[in-house]
Amino acid sequence: MQKKYTGKSAIRVDAYDKATGRAKYVEDMLPDGALIMKIAHSKITHGYVKSIDTSAAEAVPGVVKVLTCFDVPDITFPTSGHPWSTDPHHQDVADRKLLNQHVRYYGDDIAIVIAENSVAATQAVRLIKAEYEELPFVLDPQEAMKDGAPQIHEEYPNNILAHTSSSIGNYAEAIKEPGLIKIEGWYRTPTVQHCHIENHGVYAYEENGRVVVVSSTQIPHIVRRICGQATGLPWGNIRVIKPYIGGGFGNKQDALYEPLVTWATTQVGGRLVHFECEREETFVSNRVRHSITTHLISWVREDGTLVARKGEQFANSGSYASHGHSIVAKGAGSIPQLYPVPNYEGDAYSIYTNRPTAGAMRGYGMPQTTFAVESHTDDICKQLNLDPIEYRRRTLMPQGYVDNFSKNEQYFDSFNQCLDEAIKVMDYDRKYEEYKNQTGPIRKGIGVSVFWYNTAVWPISLESCSVRMIVNQDGSIQYQTGETEIGQGCDTAYSQMVADAVGVPLKDVHVVSCQDTDVTPYGTGAYASRQTYIGSLGIAKCATELRKKILQIAHDQTRMPIEILDLVDGKIIRTTDGRVLETLGDLAMESLYSLEDSHHITAETTCQIKSNAYSFGCCIAEVEVDIPLCKAKLTKIVNVHDCGSLINPQLAEAQVHGGMSMGIGYGLSEQLLFDEKTGKPLNNNLLDYKLSTFMDHPELEVRFIENAEPTNPFGTKALGEPPACPVASAIRNAIRNATDVSINVCPINPHVLYKEFTEAGLIVD
Amino acid sequence: MEKHQIQYQTVHFTLNGKEVEQTVDVRASLTDMLRNDFHMLSVKKGCEVGECGACTVLIDDEAINSCLWLAVWAEGKNIRTLESLVGPNGELSDVQQCFVEEAAIQCGFCTPGFIMTAQEIIETGKEYTDDQLRKLLSGHLCRCTGYENILRAVKKAIKKAMYKNLAKEQSAE
Amino acid sequence: MYDINVLYQAKTVQEAVELHLAHPEADIIAGGTDVLVQMREGKRAGKSLLSIQGIDEIRGVKMEEDGTIRIGSLTTFSHITNDPIIQKYINVLGEAVDMVGGPQIRNAGTIGGNTCNGAVSADSTATLHAWEAIVELTGPDGIRRLPINEFYIKPGVVDLRPGEIQTGILIPKESYENTYGHYIKYAMREALDIATLGTSVNVRLSADKKTVERVRIAFGVAGPTPLRAYTAEAIGNGKPLSMELIEEVAKNVVPDLRCRDSWRASKAFRTHMAVECTKRAFIESVKLCGGEL
Repeated sequence: MQKKYTGKSAIRVDAYDKATGRAKYVEDMLPDGALIMKIAHSKITHGYVKSIDTSAAEAVPGVVKVLTCFDVPDITFPTSGHPWSTDPHHQDVADRKLLNQHVRYYGDDIAIVIAENSVAATQAVRLIKAEYEELPFVLDPQEAMKDGAPQIHEEYPNNILAHTSSSIGNYAEAIKEPGLIKIEGWYRTPTVQHCHIENHGVYAYEENGRVVVVSSTQIPHIVRRICGQATGLPWGNIRVIKPYIGGGFGNKQDALYEPLVTWATTQVGGRLVHFECEREETFVSNRVRHSITTHLISWVREDGTLVARKGEQFANSGSYASHGHSIVAKGAGSIPQLYPVPNYEGDAYSIYTNRPTAGAMRGYGMPQTTFAVESHTDDICKQLNLDPIEYRRRTLMPQGYVDNFSKNEQYFDSFNQCLDEAIKVMDYDRKYEEYKNQTGPIRKGIGVSVFWYNTAVWPISLESCSVRMIVNQDGSIQYQTGETEIGQGCDTAYSQMVADAVGVPLKDVHVVSCQDTDVTPYGTGAYASRQTYIGSLGIAKCATELRKKILQIAHDQTRMPIEILDLVDGKIIRTTDGRVLETLGDLAMESLYSLEDSHHITAETTCQIKSNAYSFGCCIAEVEVDIPLCKAKLTKIVNVHDCGSLINPQLAEAQVHGGMSMGIGYGLSEQLLFDEKTGKPLNNNLLDYKLSTFMDHPELEVRFIENAEPTNPFGTKALGEPPACPVASAIRNAIRNATDVSINVCPINPHVLYKEFTEAGLIVD
Repeated sequence: MEKHQIQYQTVHFTLNGKEVEQTVDVRASLTDMLRNDFHMLSVKKGCEVGECGACTVLIDDEAINSCLWLAVWAEGKNIRTLESLVGPNGELSDVQQCFVEEAAIQCGFCTPGFIMTAQEIIETGKEYTDDQLRKLLSGHLCRCTGYENILRAVKKAIKKAMYKNLAKEQSAE
Repeated sequence: MYDINVLYQAKTVQEAVELHLAHPEADIIAGGTDVLVQMREGKRAGKSLLSIQGIDEIRGVKMEEDGTIRIGSLTTFSHITNDPIIQKYINVLGEAVDMVGGPQIRNAGTIGGNTCNGAVSADSTATLHAWEAIVELTGPDGIRRLPINEFYIKPGVVDLRPGEIQTGILIPKESYENTYGHYIKYAMREALDIATLGTSVNVRLSADKKTVERVRIAFGVAGPTPLRAYTAEAIGNGKPLSMELIEEVAKNVVPDLRCRDSWRASKAFRTHMAVECTKRAFIESVKLCGGEL
């Protein structure tokens, strides 16, 4: 394989269109004359809709139709963007209807208005009168598990959506060893939201007896299946089109409102119905990140040797299952791998509560777990007076480690390499010493956190990649796949890999960015930091087949034996003397229009991937803490990643920036709040929800350790999600270094600091 | 007060260098009018309450959230959207080129707004510190880039503009 | 599309007064950055609006003959910040309004709107209170002037009578002469935020810079309306300048505070920050005066 384009930065394939405003997102494709749909949301947190009076709403001029939870098909369906399983035991939980009579959170969907314009639709929604039978509600997962707590889904006693246990060795016996030191902590992470700048939007209409759905989604093929499941329409009668999308981060790895809009168009004679979430709805009625409480108990010897550990996690799943147990399970599974321990007991719970539905979000359980484990690791170091870096080097997953379940292997000394680099960038050793034992109102601190992350989902779930390549008459390649571009840059990485794998110039690769389930090969979409890893395997397989066809035609056209023919940078080469026999363009033109032997040169393959890869890295953060003002300002930060060989270094760095930014918000400011008395969301808008602004970041530094991943032809592995994982805990540990106060909750905002500093006696009012 | 008939008004203004006239529903925001009546689809909607900056356009050379500006207020104004920056043969402006080169674009949804504010900054002809630039750009939210490459792109574009001005002055001398 | 019932538009103050009298149900809209937000969220949905956006005669900053600084009510935040008169005589006001929202909001939002919506969190308000600004209202019976602290009645309600339009904010010479101030916006992030607490302090020192001739302290979001800390001011006025004095003054803002618990911040939190921010803003003001500590 040529290696001319991978490993080097290339301009994004969509950069020009996005820089000029030409790139089309869902709303930009909307034809004139669309009907506007708006949703009426429940104004209670838990209960039953007894009746809905729609008469006033229907009387608003311009209103076409009002439909309620009493009109929808009696079908419950799952929404998660997981690949479907034909085994009923592995299918996602089907626990919601298109509109719900049993409302389970403040903002549940109870009715829709379809109108000729948005003002009429909005006015009508305000005029919908619902009568409820109110029930008690519960917002906290540990409260929800108690006997007598409000029952949210009848089939799930104590609101336990799922509970899994795991064990290694014998925890109960191991902790009897004399002299062990017990270190225990409860670590809490908040409910946060993805906050992609484009809200989820979707429109649908009927064409030739089928429903066409244009949606801002990460997973068009999966959405087609769910639209079919939710409405009862045959799956083949649904066509899903995904144009450019304005970010997803996991929220759009769920069927959001595509099923409802699919149904809505069928209720108005197939007229085009458009729905776009308002920002307030995005926060509450889409998906959020699971708030997870982690309880860790470690039993260590005086030198820090980890003898036994127990980990319990309670994930707030909110009102509907969405991705179900897989998120907390992913985090829980990571605990005994990151710091291998001979005796381990783990329990993970996913609990229904009356809060917005939690689903996938960048990091998928790992930011929560990393915050807990890496805070806890520093707590151990503090208690035993050990150096946090040295302790990690000693106890982290070592080179050669193999996980029995995933067969993942730590092939390299990645952790030490990443830590070495981060230490160098941050001048860590000097600062860590200098910042010990400070006094005064303003103090500095530096902290570290590591993480690991899986690439893709094998062996939990199906991993396959379908790819189609078509040779155009000019020798350029049309490339199609179902693994979607959502802003992360995978289309550009694909184009580089296709160029090298097929043997054509980069400019001759045309990636079809828009997925259309009628024409795009089946693919499950963008999630699990899988696109480059999975895509590269799909590309390698399809390119092999395409090259075989091309070289066969070259043989037919040139009479030279196949064994001495090669395709390099768009030219058919005789390898024996390097002579260029013809260009791929000549070959394709002749082949397509030949009067004797015409071929349309294409290849389409599906490859199933039965491997996975650990991705590693660390973060070091430096803060300045103003104790009286209760503010922790991040002053310097670096993320170091081993994500294998880089396909496009510039875009890789950009991915890390975005993940770090999300981690900074997670650590310091972001949190969706609810009124304890009413269950109502308090800050579901971009003013009150504290997403980091341009002024809340220092310069974001990024470094890479490139250990080529052995299981991948391009040496690549996960990078999309990992950068968000270690940041909050690094900041937390930096604040501890500065103030000696250990804070086990994030975000560490001024309110938290005020409480903690007051308790620690640093603030006396 | 009784509900009146829908009120319409004809507004005259300059859009991307061209004088235009449009009859609009007075309830329309400038975003609505630019997208629906003029197909200026670079004007994006992210929150519709002035919190994200995706709909930013220049009104008389000042960056404004067009979602919080009534369409009828366009009367007599000089309004510019991202579409105005592209040359007649599709050439990118300096700011656009720098956004492309510095990988300051990911999902691309906040990009048009950011570029318009960057354009406003560059047109001041001044130099700024990084902290000043962060503040000048702080009316836009971005979830993809961590703002890092956007800052690099804007700094580069300012430098480019400075060199060009210098070259102009020198050739004038 | 906003759910506006009827939109009235005025091009002159006179026209606005007449339209306001004729259509008292219409809400006045200036820069739109608050009114349109509230209309969208439903608070003002379906209401009629009287737009004064087109009244150019009340835009801009002027120095009047007697030395009063006149800020036209439709002057946007960014124009206040960049105005040479403001920068020379009351720079802190320009700094304070440069912390409103983000740059695009500051290019649209006006000082008249910021004060007329009666929001306690408005970034101009603490400073206008601390500098004893005069609000000028023009109505059917002519012009009415009143001190800003009397203009604010209760949360979201100001003293605007039927037919009245706010046309200017005035800062008398006596107020700004030899006086320097500092504003601290306490918020949860560095931009695009609403103040958790706004603290504005200004100081006039004696000619020898040894005595605090006058200190004025005002807060936004420390009570239902913006408020002055008169008790603390009285302790500071006329006293020899020292760090101890500053700390004493800062501690004594507490009796005048009327903070309460809300989900945005607890009473204890705001009270603590009020003391700390007073201290810091006082120190900054002294430095601007050329005083030494």
